[in-house]
Amino acid sequence: MRPVFIIDGSRTPFLKARTGPGPFTPVDLAVQCGRPLLLRQPFKPQDFDRVILGCVNVIADEMNPARVAALRLGMGEAMPAFTMQINCGSGMQSIDTAYRYIQNGTDNLVLAGGAEALSYAPLVYNKGAVNWFGRMFMAKSLWARIANFFTLRPSMFAPVIGLERGLTDPIVELNMGQTAEVVAKLFNITRRQADEYAAESQQRLAKAQKEGYLNDEIIPAFAKDGKVYTYDDGVRPDSTVETLAKLRPVFERPWGKVTAGNSSQITDGASWVILASEDAVKKHSLKPKAKIIDSEWSALDPSIMGLGPVLCSTALLKRQNMSMKDVDLWELNEAFAAQVLGCLAAFEDEKFGKEVLGLPGAAGKIDRARLNVDGGAISMGHPVGTSGNRIVLHLMNAMKRLGLKRGIATECIGGGQGGAMLIEMV
Amino acid sequence: MKSKVLSVLADRVLELGPNPPVMAGLNHWRYGKDEDGVGWLLLDRKGSSANTLNAEVIGELDTMLGKIENDRPTGLVIRSAKKSGFIAGADIAEFVGASDAAAVEANIGRAHAVMNRLEALSIPTLAVIHGFCLGGGLEVALACKRRIAISGASFGFPEVMLGLHPGLGGTVRTPRLINPITAMTMMLTEKSLDARKAKAAGLVDAVTEERHIKNAVKAVVSGELKVSPPGTLVTVLNSGFARPLLARYMRSQTRAKADPAQYPAPFALIDLWEKHGGDSKEAALKAELKSFANLMVTKTAQNLVRVFFLRDRLKKIAGEKQNIEHIHVIGAGAMGGDIAAWCARQRIAATVADMKPEPIGGAIKRAADLYRKILKKGTDQRDALDRLVPDLAGDGVKSADIVIEAVPEKLEIKHKVYASVEPQMKEGAILATNTSSIPLEQLRDGLKKPERLVGLHFFNPVSRMMTVEVVSHDKADQSVLATARSFVGMIDRLPVPVKSEPGFLVNRALTPYMIEAMVMVDEGIAKETIDKAAEKFGMPMGPIELADQVGLDICLDVADMLKKSLPREQPDAPQWLRDMVAKKDLGKKTGKGFYTWKDGKADKAHSAPEPTPEMTDRLILPLLDVCVGALREGIVEDSDVLDGAMIFGTGFAPFRGGPIHYAKDRGVDEIVSTLKTLESKYGKRFTPDPGWDKIKRA
Repeated sequence: MRPVFIIDGSRTPFLKARTGPGPFTPVDLAVQCGRPLLLRQPFKPQDFDRVILGCVNVIADEMNPARVAALRLGMGEAMPAFTMQINCGSGMQSIDTAYRYIQNGTDNLVLAGGAEALSYAPLVYNKGAVNWFGRMFMAKSLWARIANFFTLRPSMFAPVIGLERGLTDPIVELNMGQTAEVVAKLFNITRRQADEYAAESQQRLAKAQKEGYLNDEIIPAFAKDGKVYTYDDGVRPDSTVETLAKLRPVFERPWGKVTAGNSSQITDGASWVILASEDAVKKHSLKPKAKIIDSEWSALDPSIMGLGPVLCSTALLKRQNMSMKDVDLWELNEAFAAQVLGCLAAFEDEKFGKEVLGLPGAAGKIDRARLNVDGGAISMGHPVGTSGNRIVLHLMNAMKRLGLKRGIATECIGGGQGGAMLIEMV
Repeated sequence: MKSKVLSVLADRVLELGPNPPVMAGLNHWRYGKDEDGVGWLLLDRKGSSANTLNAEVIGELDTMLGKIENDRPTGLVIRSAKKSGFIAGADIAEFVGASDAAAVEANIGRAHAVMNRLEALSIPTLAVIHGFCLGGGLEVALACKRRIAISGASFGFPEVMLGLHPGLGGTVRTPRLINPITAMTMMLTEKSLDARKAKAAGLVDAVTEERHIKNAVKAVVSGELKVSPPGTLVTVLNSGFARPLLARYMRSQTRAKADPAQYPAPFALIDLWEKHGGDSKEAALKAELKSFANLMVTKTAQNLVRVFFLRDRLKKIAGEKQNIEHIHVIGAGAMGGDIAAWCARQRIAATVADMKPEPIGGAIKRAADLYRKILKKGTDQRDALDRLVPDLAGDGVKSADIVIEAVPEKLEIKHKVYASVEPQMKEGAILATNTSSIPLEQLRDGLKKPERLVGLHFFNPVSRMMTVEVVSHDKADQSVLATARSFVGMIDRLPVPVKSEPGFLVNRALTPYMIEAMVMVDEGIAKETIDKAAEKFGMPMGPIELADQVGLDICLDVADMLKKSLPREQPDAPQWLRDMVAKKDLGKKTGKGFYTWKDGKADKAHSAPEPTPEMTDRLILPLLDVCVGALREGIVEDSDVLDGAMIFGTGFAPFRGGPIHYAKDRGVDEIVSTLKTLESKYGKRFTPDPGWDKIKRA
């Protein structure tokens, strides 16, 4: 098996969805952070073997966004490119797939990313309206058309919000926020704990921005109207436990614990990393930053999808004969504060460790000082197809800054899955 | 996108029917019949990548028509075998130096007869049109019974640009085929119609893709493609009742844009239609022929033909295309950002660097606005914007073929930029500066490879000003200069090689023109009157408006620099101008200068007094005088290059044929004596340059 290196990476700032579609489509975002990234490489964009892009909500104008992005990035007609969709894991699945292509000797240089513009999520006609349009289209005579016209009902104009449906699990009919409520119950997470976690996420990101920790990671995005986006604009440095406590639960009123303040934000953003084989490193005199050691995907009941990271991370560590203590730094995607805290509790849960993870006891403890050190999806947002890519990129950048060696990036995945990737600094 | 696969298959793209070979004795036309007995007549002008019409091509067409009359094909397809398009118009070389209207009439009359012969063929005739179909080309198509356009084709009558109107039957056949208002607008404004609009106007009968041409030809020959004749609207608008009314309206519209004394052609065209729109075709064609011949020998037409060839001359200076794929611009200000945007629009990747993101944001916005205006397709706009890459880290330096520096005009700043950039540049890359006021000899100081430096002096607005001065210096490398010239050609601008002398050519010539305007403002003359004095001469905008457009800060910089470095007498820039610059009233870019600017237009008073001829001379003659001096000093190669540079860089009245041409035409003695009169009245700044003698002798 050939070693696989991470050479470089970049992302756009994450832009909070406000009213209506934002300034960039998913591919626009991928192009914005991709161009300067490719520009600073010592090889040509055409030298890549493949492009893989995670994207969940593909817009109609950009089918197979990976190929559209590859062409718009000037990577040439001969560049194979495909798009990955495994919900919140898509951006990491793209890295994992690229990793396998290089590991088995097929490819030497792969561009793997994630792109998502949740602000573009469509309003969809409801079924009644779609059927009405269909009948109108099929009607053979003028009379049939007129007769059908009068079957139009006001209720048909009630749009279905695409994003809301997308964030609802079709098997268990629970919204993602509701699955966090379930996890909170199972591991006794309180509203106050969730709010405390959320406030800290905000402060960590605010500090990282102030200290310039993200300057090398983010590439400003330039809109056609001349506006320049330079930072993750969902950040709320003034958030405190007290201000967060005032928010009402959004998913399960009136007694739920999950609020807009302690959930990840609806956001647009894209991220890329460049993966290379040893041959490519030599050929182009590249300076690898990190090496991918292993990855793992696990699955469980969709109603407790938030616990996914616990399963895949421990399975991965087991295979590597490592324990949680061997991991210097963690990025665990902050879908919901209650879900992150649920995972931390599950790692420490004796019964969960023995009976679910197949360990002799509890898996271990993740120190908050080693987890999501520069904030996460609660403070910067969760462009679903992108987040998995961002946490690998940021894990690498944060370990470099902190002088650490080994780290895991992991995320829960809507539909009841979890993905984890172990990297080591070179 | 470059496609290797498509380039391998490139010769399969055009549908040329039986693709007949060239016949003995012929040079430009090929003819053969396909399996259905349809004749394909292909124009493939020898020794040229585009088709144009000249006497020989039309003579051969006549011969071919004779053959076809005998050969009796079931139908006739006329199309171009060139990838570049159908026919780009007449071969303008044949217009040069025409002075005898009767001779022109006789020559063009022969071409008319060929068009009539084509029109009279009794079989279905069909022009298949891709790419450019302009002027005489469109007139050939109009002599066919049917026209099929391939998407992307464009149709137009550019003759007015040459001081002419269509002369191969276009003024007769077009308004009788389509709505005469549309037809006249096409001919009066030289605006072209794309295939879709041409179909909507009725100029073509169908629009399709190259891949369906065979079926389209079958449909036309079999009569399956039904086409309705021109409607009643065309008849009504062409009636003796409607024509005078419409003609009156057209005249007033045209007068707002062009002075009949300077540009007679559009007015002659309106006259033709008004007087002969109801005549028999034969009589109307005769009238067109006469009017065309009369226009051809006017000074305006001959000067505009000259301008056409001046453009050609400058294009040739660009030489062969070179391998330039990526330019890197440092400084995203008005010039730098717009240069990068223009290159990206011309399919060259352009990275644009600046210290801060905001100026780059501004550059992106200006680019997006420009692309929206000039690129019809959304995907073209997107691709151009994708090629324009904001580069805050300055990484583009490493891979760029040309690095263009467009930072503020301070020697230290530029030196600092060069010091950081030069070591990063790739082997063979060129360093270009957009400086307008710093001598290149100073800039190249301290460079490790001074020979790679060249000046590329663009004018504002980059998207409209064709001239780019290519500035050499004492240590410049010939191949670097050649690449720089080639690059200018590749982005569809015209290179003007100039020596590194203060102000180069264009700014040196414009400065006394603008400074004199300031002196006139000081004398209490209304700024609108001053501008009008120049516009009357034929300048596209007066000196005051121009100063606002260029930016008063830049004008002042250049004026001060020239005053310091040239022996020529030049009045001090007035203190109030310095105050305006200090107050940041810089002109168009800040919304206020001499004029208040709204939506990109100067807000001018309408009641200003008329200028006197002396005012015009006070503005124009110093400009001519500096041009003569520049020629004497050898700043440019010769007077044609100078004339071209001034026309395409400043809009110097094109129908005057350029400053030197105008001076010779008006009379060197007369100009020198007028300068002397002005000298005695206003001072030494009007002292004639010693170079006038040489102009007189040349």
